[in-house]
Amino acid sequence: MRNKYWAKTVWPPVTAVVFLLLAWQASSTLLDIPAWILPSPLAIMREAAANWDSFSEHTVATVYLTVAGFIIGSAVGFFFSFLLHRLERIKGALYPLLIMSQNIPVIALAPLLMLWFGFGLLPKMIVITLVCFFPIAVSTLNGLSRTDPAMMDYMKMIGASRRQIFYKLELPYALPYTFAGLKISATYSVMGAIMAEWLGTEKGIGMYMLLQKSSFRTDRVFVAIAMIVALSLLMFAAITVLEKLLIRWNKNTR
Amino acid sequence: MSVNQLELKNISKHFENRGNRLHVLDRINLTVAKGEFVSIIGPSGCGKSTLFHIVGGLVAPDSGEVWIDGKPVTGQKGHISYMPQQPALFPWRTIEDNVIMAREVAGWPKKEARAEARRWLAKVGLKGYEKAYPQVLSGGMQQRVAFIRALLGPQELICLDEPFSALDALTRMEMQRWLLNIWESNQRSVLFITHQIEEALLLSDKVYLLSNKPAKILRQIEVPFARPRREALMSDPLFVEWKRDIYEQLRQELPSGM
Repeated sequence: MRNKYWAKTVWPPVTAVVFLLLAWQASSTLLDIPAWILPSPLAIMREAAANWDSFSEHTVATVYLTVAGFIIGSAVGFFFSFLLHRLERIKGALYPLLIMSQNIPVIALAPLLMLWFGFGLLPKMIVITLVCFFPIAVSTLNGLSRTDPAMMDYMKMIGASRRQIFYKLELPYALPYTFAGLKISATYSVMGAIMAEWLGTEKGIGMYMLLQKSSFRTDRVFVAIAMIVALSLLMFAAITVLEKLLIRWNKNTR
Repeated sequence: MSVNQLELKNISKHFENRGNRLHVLDRINLTVAKGEFVSIIGPSGCGKSTLFHIVGGLVAPDSGEVWIDGKPVTGQKGHISYMPQQPALFPWRTIEDNVIMAREVAGWPKKEARAEARRWLAKVGLKGYEKAYPQVLSGGMQQRVAFIRALLGPQELICLDEPFSALDALTRMEMQRWLLNIWESNQRSVLFITHQIEEALLLSDKVYLLSNKPAKILRQIEVPFARPRREALMSDPLFVEWKRDIYEQLRQELPSGM
């Protein structure tokens, strides 16, 4: 069972990534590409190791920002989905606004946020929240509206109150849907944090990237990119583990 | 004189659908005495489920009253225990936590309810499944759990809405025998909807025949067979005669050409 799982889901992507890195390494050595255009993977790794002390400080700052922003963004997402679910009429009025909020380019909004709220934590949290809340709100709302009609009928027939129906039926029913949204938001949240750091900060991968870009340290930019990818995967993994812990009942049917 | 567990007085109901007036129930009168097993048989789609929703307080009748335990409760919820057509067990709850749902909703302490649930699960051969999730059970076993859940409801009256209609014939017969057994040793007041004549005759003290739309009570039958009953009753000549008689009457209710 376990071997099969590894053979099916772990090895294919790992092999693909290894091949890609090998091809990259080979081409940058053989074609003699200048390091300031495209450094080789080995050069990037060497740079990461050499520069680790200062880079790790930036990483820690970004992790804090990501986790805090993700938690706030998720909370806002939940809040919206519960509110819209509870108030059918408001749902009709606000749902289009919810979708519109996703069409505003955060890059364009960022300078405005800076103008309105300064350089503190607030505008950064707003940026991450804007990036994170939507998948959670939409997926939770979807889950809440799909509640099994037979279970709903049962709850009403035995005289459950609206509150009981919500906590004992609708909420647990929506949880797997919520997790689908949480996974998307978790990976987005790192991107959100990077963009938030572009608003101005002392420490953070986003800031680090800007600095290295302007001094043409392409290798360091790649170190930052690799770390962003790693953090995104880590966030995704954390949510997957949480899902496995909270939603045990699906285990038997999978 | 003892109070009836359930009394429906002159219940009528119609639905409005894009200007079409659909008359569903027409002056339904029926009673379920304390500890009585009462069945309703009628053609499919005759409004039996609407009748249940009225008893459960989800739908208000146009006219008429619902009395439970000697009190008028028309349009009020929480006076009945219920077993739906599909088991409708909650996949995120263990079997025992599913069984205690009705008591939990009624505000009983969970611990007490769980102990009672475990006793009952052991009694009906589901020992060892208390902590399992419903998905591992077969359809018949899920229906047993759903019935125990209804039985453990704090309300005296249990409403069963075609509970075995989704099961295959063999499982269905086994479930009828099982239900008969449990009910005879634990006489609760039951209102049972079915479209199977044999099932109704085997299980019930009293059977109401409903007409096609708008549903009226065609006939009220006091089932004469003594209890405890066994499955063998179904081949008794008198039983077969009753069955044929009811079948003839219901057949006339089907739309012509069938």
